[in-house]
Amino acid sequence: MKAGSNLEKILEAGKFAVTSEIGPPKSANANVIRKKCGMLKGFVDAANITDNQTAIVRLSSIAAANILLQEGIEPVAQMTVRDRNRIAIQSDLLGAAALGVKNVLCLSGDHQVFGNHPQSKNVFDIDSMQLIRMLKDMRDEKKFECGDEMDVEPRLFLGAAANPFADPFEFRVDRLAKKIDAGVDFIQTQGIYDVPRFEKWLNEANDRGLTEKVYILGGVIPLKSAGAAKYIKNKVAGMMVPDEVIDRMKNASDAKQEGIKIAIETIEQLKNMKGVHGVHVMAIEWEEKVPEIVKESGLLPRPTA
Amino acid sequence: MIVGDRKPMDEILEMLEPYENILILGCGTCVTVCLSGGEREAAILAGQLRIWGKKEGKNLNIMEHTIQRQCEKEWVDEMRGHVEKADVVLSLACGVGVQLVAEMYEEKAIYPGLNTTFMGYPVVHGTWLENCRGCGNCVLAHTGGVCPITRCAKSLLNGPCGGSQDGKCEISKDTECAWQVIYERLKKKDQLDWMNSYQPPRDWSTAGDGGPRKSVKIEEVID
Ligand code: SF4
Ligand code: SF4
Repeated sequence: MKAGSNLEKILEAGKFAVTSEIGPPKSANANVIRKKCGMLKGFVDAANITDNQTAIVRLSSIAAANILLQEGIEPVAQMTVRDRNRIAIQSDLLGAAALGVKNVLCLSGDHQVFGNHPQSKNVFDIDSMQLIRMLKDMRDEKKFECGDEMDVEPRLFLGAAANPFADPFEFRVDRLAKKIDAGVDFIQTQGIYDVPRFEKWLNEANDRGLTEKVYILGGVIPLKSAGAAKYIKNKVAGMMVPDEVIDRMKNASDAKQEGIKIAIETIEQLKNMKGVHGVHVMAIEWEEKVPEIVKESGLLPRPTA
Repeated sequence: MIVGDRKPMDEILEMLEPYENILILGCGTCVTVCLSGGEREAAILAGQLRIWGKKEGKNLNIMEHTIQRQCEKEWVDEMRGHVEKADVVLSLACGVGVQLVAEMYEEKAIYPGLNTTFMGYPVVHGTWLENCRGCGNCVLAHTGGVCPITRCAKSLLNGPCGGSQDGKCEISKDTECAWQVIYERLKKKDQLDWMNSYQPPRDWSTAGDGGPRKSVKIEEVID
């Protein structure tokens, strides 16, 4: 065991994992997080806490992760390299580990031009690849990035993102291989709507033996409306939504229900794919639907690690 | 070259408001080529200021002068006569030139007429692209001659982020994804090895994060 987290135990046992996501509020209101915990408890193995997603200031991911621990849900603290240099990241994650956080997701982070402080200075001292390696060396070598040694290391199960829908497509499996080489333990992918493209990426990863070296959790984002589907397709960099999916959403009498149905169908497909070890259900500001999706996908009860 | 843009007129007028003898000082090198601070732009600005002066009923004496380089002491020293006649110098050089002029004429009011933007080259006539940040440790040998520090919006070193799509950067459909360009160049040259192997964190101390930098060529130092 690298960190001994619930998520790690479930994946190590060869069970199909379920993670979800909680976006902290744009305020100091802890109750928002507690409420979302109430919705997810018992339905997921761990929940990600986003780190100022889309560069909009929100309650800190590590502070929110601590609230999850109090509520009995295992957190995956997301950490971007956009807002913190290597000094701040190492310090914050020592703190997170001391609080009992056992999973971290290493990200570049959306550029701050998208957010509510586009005038801010960006950091990008290290990139997400270097973040993985830095945390692996802290955990396995008890060494800081500079080489100095520590006595009590942060035992963290290390995650990263992979986006089979971004370009250049040919490099996407190479990039996965690099993340594995850097020391990643699990991957959560970008939201999957274009299943054939995802499979193409996965097959190559399977052929290269990569899915035996890392756990892959397929990303699923339920759609709320045809408009949302179009927005994701046209406006969100690095995402793909096929026209069939948009048409299904358009023609549905109950678009929200259709969105849930598509999500469940995608999970069913993912469950049967070699090299997929779990799902990551991102129901942003729609967390109350996660139990239904998980239940209808036949993923209950969640195993006790 | 060093690229700059003329400051907005309002800001220039605010700086010059208290003065009557005004020297507009052009620079004959980078900012001439990027069409923002050379002889021609100094003449245009001087003309605009004369009209403004008349409108405001001011008795202004607007002088123009352009030297080859405002970033070298010899040139800056040679124009002493022009500077002495003025109460204020509006330098149309980059920030480097403005600073040297300010240093050599400490008693004078020396103001910047440009916003110095970046180091770059023209991609099409009238459009310049930033492509070097002077990071002090050049990686172009490995990246097919495309700078990831400058041209990737996140200065990534290990390849494209998840926001790269259709050759564009996630920040805007008008911005190329540098890593897409790097990938294609390296593929053509059959040099993808570097991109496919882990690149460790950079030492940013050479990039200015270690404090202001100095370059000393010891053999050239006369002391
Ligand atoms: S790597 Fe550094 S020196 Fe080379 S082009 Fe980029 S910023 Fe300039
Ligand atoms: S899209 Fe390309 S250029 Fe833009 S931040 Fe990502 S890797 Fe860098």
